[in-house]
Amino acid sequence: MTTLAEPRHTAPASEPPKVRVRRQWDKKLYWIATHSLGIAMGVIFMLPILFVFLTAVMSSDQALSSNFWPKEWHFENFIEVFEKAPLLQYFGNSMLYSSLATIGALVSAIPAAYALSKLKFRGQNLFFMLTVAAMMLPPQVTVVPLYDLWVRLGFTGTLIPLIVPYFFFDAFSIFLLRQFFLTIPKDYLEAAKIDGCNEFQAMIKVLIPMAKPGIAATAMFCFLFTWNDYFGPLLYTGETRDSWPLSLAIASFRGMHHVEWNLTMAATALIMLPVIVLFVFAQKSFVKGVTFTGVKG
Amino acid sequence: MTSTLDSRAVASPSASTRTRKGNAARRRRTVFYFIAPAMLGFLIFFGYPLIATLYYSFTRYDLINAPEFVGFDNYIRMFTSEPLVGTAAYNTLWLVIVLTFCRVVFALGTASIISRLKSGVGLVRTLCYLPSLAPPAAATLAFVFLFNPEYGPVNAFLGAVGIDGGLWFNDPAMSKPALTLLVMWGSGELMIIILAALLDVPQEQYEAAELDGAGPVRRFWHVTIPSISPVLLFGVVNSMIFALQFFTQAIVAGSAAAGAADVAGNTRFIGAPQNSTLTYPVWLYVQGFRYFNMGYAAAMAVLLFIVSAGFTWILVRQLRKSQHQEEGG
Repeated sequence: MTTLAEPRHTAPASEPPKVRVRRQWDKKLYWIATHSLGIAMGVIFMLPILFVFLTAVMSSDQALSSNFWPKEWHFENFIEVFEKAPLLQYFGNSMLYSSLATIGALVSAIPAAYALSKLKFRGQNLFFMLTVAAMMLPPQVTVVPLYDLWVRLGFTGTLIPLIVPYFFFDAFSIFLLRQFFLTIPKDYLEAAKIDGCNEFQAMIKVLIPMAKPGIAATAMFCFLFTWNDYFGPLLYTGETRDSWPLSLAIASFRGMHHVEWNLTMAATALIMLPVIVLFVFAQKSFVKGVTFTGVKG
Repeated sequence: MTSTLDSRAVASPSASTRTRKGNAARRRRTVFYFIAPAMLGFLIFFGYPLIATLYYSFTRYDLINAPEFVGFDNYIRMFTSEPLVGTAAYNTLWLVIVLTFCRVVFALGTASIISRLKSGVGLVRTLCYLPSLAPPAAATLAFVFLFNPEYGPVNAFLGAVGIDGGLWFNDPAMSKPALTLLVMWGSGELMIIILAALLDVPQEQYEAAELDGAGPVRRFWHVTIPSISPVLLFGVVNSMIFALQFFTQAIVAGSAAAGAADVAGNTRFIGAPQNSTLTYPVWLYVQGFRYFNMGYAAAMAVLLFIVSAGFTWILVRQLRKSQHQEEGG
C-alpha cells in the first residue's frame, strides 16, 4: 500500500523486473482506458474525411465496391477532375468572392465595432441588438426584394451581389470584432488621445495593432463562410456557369459524371483541402473566435 | 468644494457651454463617421428588404410584370390549397425539434468527454472541430456517398456487425435522420463553446458537491448543468435558428441521392425522396426563384421572419441579461 502512495519514479530499485514491467503495462492500460472514449471520438469524427480521401484515389470500379482501402492508388484522379470540369475557374471565382468579401467585411466592420465597443452614443444598444438580430435572421427572409434589386441593376449572373454588401454591413464580423475589442483596455486609447490622436488615429495606430488576433479570426471566419456559401451563389449565379464558385460546382459535379464516385470524392477532397490547410495554420484563432461568439455575451 | 464649482460656473458660463456643445457635436460627428457605412448597409440590405418583403407578400409578382396587389391571396393559398408548403413546414419543424435536440445533446456529450481527458485535449478537440469547417455542399456529398445503400462504407460496417443498414438518403423515413447525423458530425463549433463553459465551472463547486456525497450523475445535474445553462440556452436557440434555415444540406442531399444531373438546373429531384428533404427554405427558394412566384415566396418569408424573430428575441434578451451581469459583476 505504501508503495502505491509513493511517486512512481521513486519505485525501489530492488523490485523484481517482472513487477516493474507489469506496472508499466498497468500505467499504459490505465491511460488507454481513460482516453479510449476521447480517442474513439477523434477517430469517428475523422473517418468521413479519411474515406473521402481514400475513395478519391480508388479506381472507378473499386469505388463502387464496398472496400475501404484502395487496391491501387490512382493519384491521377486529382488531375483528371481538372480535365472533367473547369475547376480552376471555379476555384478562381471562389477566391475572388471570398477574398473581396473578407476585405470588405473588415473595412466596414472595424469602424462599426470600434464605435460599438469604445465610443458612447445614443442608440448604441439598439444598434448592437439590431446587428445581432440581422446575424440571426435566415437569409431567405430578405431575399425576394434583394434579388429583385440586383436584377434591376443588371448584376445577376455575376459575383457582385454577393460581394458588395460586405463592404457595408456584415453583422457577424461586427459582432465578433466588438467582442474582441471589448477585451482591449480603454486606457491605451485614452493615452493615445491625450497624446493628440483623434478617434480615427487611435483606432488605426493603437486598437488595430492590438486587436490583430481578433481581426485575423474575424477575417478567417468571413473567408470560410463565403467559401462554404451555397445559397447566395445558387441564387445569383445559378444560371451562369462561368461565375460559379466551387461550392456550387461541386454539387453539380457528381451529376455531370454519373457514378464516378472516385472523381466526385477527389473533387470533394480538393474543395475541403484549403479549409483544412487554413485551419491547421490558424487553429487557435478559430477556437478563440468560436468561444467568443457563444460565451462572452 | 461647492464654492469653487459655483465660482467657476459664474466666471465663464458662455465659454464653457460653447466648448462643451462643440465637443458634443464633434463627438456626434465622429460616431457618425464610424457607423455610417454599417448603418447605410443595414438599411439597404436589411431594413428595406424586410419592409419590401411584407409589401411583395400581398402581390402577385413574376419579376417581369409589375407587382399586382392581391390582398391576402398568397397567405390564404399557403394555409389552404397548397399541400407542399405543409410538407415543407413539417420537415422544418421535424428538424427544429430533432436536430436541435441531437445537436445540443451530442455537443454536450462530446464536450464533457473531452473536458475529462487528462492529456491530448487539444488534439481531440481539433479532430472533433475540424468537420464543422467542411463546406456543407462537399460534406453532404461525402455523406451521400458514405451512406450509399449498396457500396457505402457505413452499411458495409453495419453489415459486418450484423445490422441491416437501410437506405438512408434514398428512403423517405431515413433521409432526415441521415441529415441529422450529418449535422451532428459538423457540430464541433457548439462543442467548443460548451467545452469552454465546462472548463469555466469552478472546481470548488464539484468538490463541495462531492463532500456532500453527490455521485458523478448528480454532480452533472446539480452542478454542471446549472453553471452552463446560459450557454446551453444559446446552443438551443442557435440550433433552432440553424434548423429553420436548413437549406444547403437538404437540397444537395435530395438531388445528389436521386442522381440529379445538375443541382442548379432542375427542380425535378429537389426534396427527393418523396419530398422528405423538402425544407421550408428550399420550398421558398423553388417557389420564388424557379417558379418565379415572388409574391408567394415573400409571404413564406414573412412567416419565416415571424418564427425566427421569436427565437432571435429570446437570444437577444438572454444576451442582454448576461451583459448586465458582466457589467454588474
